[in-house]
Amino acid sequence: MTRFFTEEHEWIEVDGDSATIGITDHAQSQLGDIVFVEVPKPGTVLRKGQEAAVVESVKAASDVYAPVSGTVTEGNTAIEDNPALVNSAAEGEGWFFRLTLSDPTELDGLMDEPAYRDFAASQG
Amino acid sequence: MSDEDLQLLPLDAWHRARGGRMVPFAGYAMPVQFEGIVAEHEWTRSRAALFDVSHMGQLFVSGEGAEAALEALLPIDLATLEHGALRYSLLLDDNGGIIDDLIVSRWRQGFYLVVNGATKRGDVDWMRERLPGGVTLELLEDRALLALQGPAAFAVLERYATGQWPLSALTFMRGGRFEIAGTAAWVSRTGYTGEDGFELSFAATDAERVADLLCAEPEVKPAGLGARDSLRLEAGLPLYGHDLSRETDPGTAGLAWSIASRRREQGGFPGHARIAALLAEGPARRRVGLSLDGRLPAREGAPVLNGEAEVGRVTSGGFSPTLGHPIAMAYVDSAHARPGTLLAIEVRGRMLEARVVPLPFVPHRYHR
Repeated sequence: MTRFFTEEHEWIEVDGDSATIGITDHAQSQLGDIVFVEVPKPGTVLRKGQEAAVVESVKAASDVYAPVSGTVTEGNTAIEDNPALVNSAAEGEGWFFRLTLSDPTELDGLMDEPAYRDFAASQG
Repeated sequence: MSDEDLQLLPLDAWHRARGGRMVPFAGYAMPVQFEGIVAEHEWTRSRAALFDVSHMGQLFVSGEGAEAALEALLPIDLATLEHGALRYSLLLDDNGGIIDDLIVSRWRQGFYLVVNGATKRGDVDWMRERLPGGVTLELLEDRALLALQGPAAFAVLERYATGQWPLSALTFMRGGRFEIAGTAAWVSRTGYTGEDGFELSFAATDAERVADLLCAEPEVKPAGLGARDSLRLEAGLPLYGHDLSRETDPGTAGLAWSIASRRREQGGFPGHARIAALLAEGPARRRVGLSLDGRLPAREGAPVLNGEAEVGRVTSGGFSPTLGHPIAMAYVDSAHARPGTLLAIEVRGRMLEARVVPLPFVPHRYHR
């Protein structure tokens, strides 16, 4: 399994052609207390860059965009029931959705963990 | 505005050292949160939090004729405002639109006003243009303003406040001169959270010392703008620039109570003619509270609907940590403003059921 990161502060864990996607710990910390999450339903076909999920914190609303294209196999309903899970475990139990990759070449050029941590640190 | 243009609070370094996340607000770099908005919110409701509101405008109006001159600008009855008493009032334009909301208190030598940070420069210009010669208005830029808010605020402040009277002499909307461990301060029993609490005005050079002293008490933690906003929303208190503006008048905003009855009859303040007419016919729209089920917050600008018809707009909204569901303030047509009315708010293309409820959402716990 390999974990990739995007400049939009998402992580993508790839296992064969399956990818699990979430927001990073840096992203949840910037959002603050999360009070509402909506994840995509299984079967949803997402193109890279398309709005995939919704996150509302006490401060603001933001969208989570699909970092890669594919067909959703599972949304994490646990975070819909308990949005605070994204704050407490953004890069673990607080994952957002899983999809089957339709174009694995989209992973090329994404950051690995050390590169992302440097990137996030530079964002303040 | 770039970050370099932001003004710094007297506690700027103190906030940063304590992990405050600084954001631009009202032209200042201000802490939006320290450990987290919900934690700070809950701490304020259960213990006490220290808010730095030094961005707000502290004004002093003095000179011969100051009382009459202020009455010519504000719909307030200063004849009934005794020394040490505070009153909420509105700065109105000639059309009855709200330029700012503020608190006035009577000091021995004049009147002390606290106005909003984002509007203070405009307020000062507006008022100076209209004050007669002999009456001066100073913007007190060398003073800090800290708000200690929450059920433990009194017990904490009593440990340090000394003066001619005991701190317990202050009830809600009263103020007096005290020393806080040697720092001369104007202390008023006011706030913007719905809780019991105090606002402390004193020399900015003492800000770190007083903040350290108060935050060393086990009941006190610093809190930021985020919690201040969620607390005031639960308390049903309007925020200027969001729930109040030049486009809203006191009747529509539900603030007609702040216009003294003598002034309603006699007039002599900006906007009187229009406000008298509006009050006589009743407002076409009203500021209301809306309560939502679920967890999805409705935010400023969201349309409020009755069936298909838009009957209003949300002016501020968010998730209520105390109630555990979203709440909002909105202006809606008066026909739909009665508590209990079922309306809908459109958020992200979906219709959320919203019920009109009386304000405040969370009962005030002022010490009257």
